[in-house]
Amino acid sequence: MRSNLQFDFSVDKENKRIVIKREFAADVPTVWDAYTKSDILDQWWAPKPWKARTKKMDFRDGGQWLYAMVGPNGEEHWSLANYKNIQPHQRYSAEDAFCDADGNINEVLPQSKWEVSFSKIGSNTLVEYQISFDDLSQLEDIIKMGFKEGITMAMDGLDELLASSK
Amino acid sequence: MRRDVFQAIADPTRRAIILLIAVQAMTPNAIAAHFDMSRQAVSKHLQILSECELVQPQQQGREIYYELNGTKMQEIEKWLEEFKRLWEKKFNQLDQLLLTIKNQKNEK
Repeated sequence: MRSNLQFDFSVDKENKRIVIKREFAADVPTVWDAYTKSDILDQWWAPKPWKARTKKMDFRDGGQWLYAMVGPNGEEHWSLANYKNIQPHQRYSAEDAFCDADGNINEVLPQSKWEVSFSKIGSNTLVEYQISFDDLSQLEDIIKMGFKEGITMAMDGLDELLASSK
Repeated sequence: MRRDVFQAIADPTRRAIILLIAVQAMTPNAIAAHFDMSRQAVSKHLQILSECELVQPQQQGREIYYELNGTKMQEIEKWLEEFKRLWEKKFNQLDQLLLTIKNQKNEK
């Protein structure tokens, strides 16, 4: 089943954004819930062995999701998403930033804007992410280094890799 | 002790330092101002980053500025690949979860 599901990941340097498309074997309302309800998000948003833990979720225009990525040793990386332009079962936008446990945004680290859209493909759902950055001049550097989760998660993945290769 | 780029980025503070100086070269004092730690601790991190050639010091007058090493940064392009792999992992977790949710619905 898995191999039949579409997965595209492209770096669109021209338009300063990253586009991720993924098909899921469930209908739109089910997939929408998985992306917008914190009790479900907490179950898959972090790649194992990391866990996502929601402190606060208010999914509405102007609402926020404050959550931590919790590592196997209890280390925490906090993020804050500000939701906008919610059209149920169709699309939503979010501005995503690093923060502390109280949701105070870290202005030094890059912030990204997410546009997430949902469309029906037969009995499946296609989710498309467009991740873009306000300060376009930084994109090249951000891409080189991995951005947001590229920094927290991918490198934590790397940590994991390093730990397992010891 | 042998150091490589992956050891250098295995620490969250060093990742944050890399991010900072990616935008512009900075002095150790300017870097330290961004962290809740001593100038000495920041210097130690910079030393490790320098040893693995991820950053390089540039003497400008009496100040030393640290900048990113472009060649070494190419290795970091691989991080993007890692980022993609992690999204795959997340999505596979969601696949499993959706399957569970479906089965629960069918049982009702």
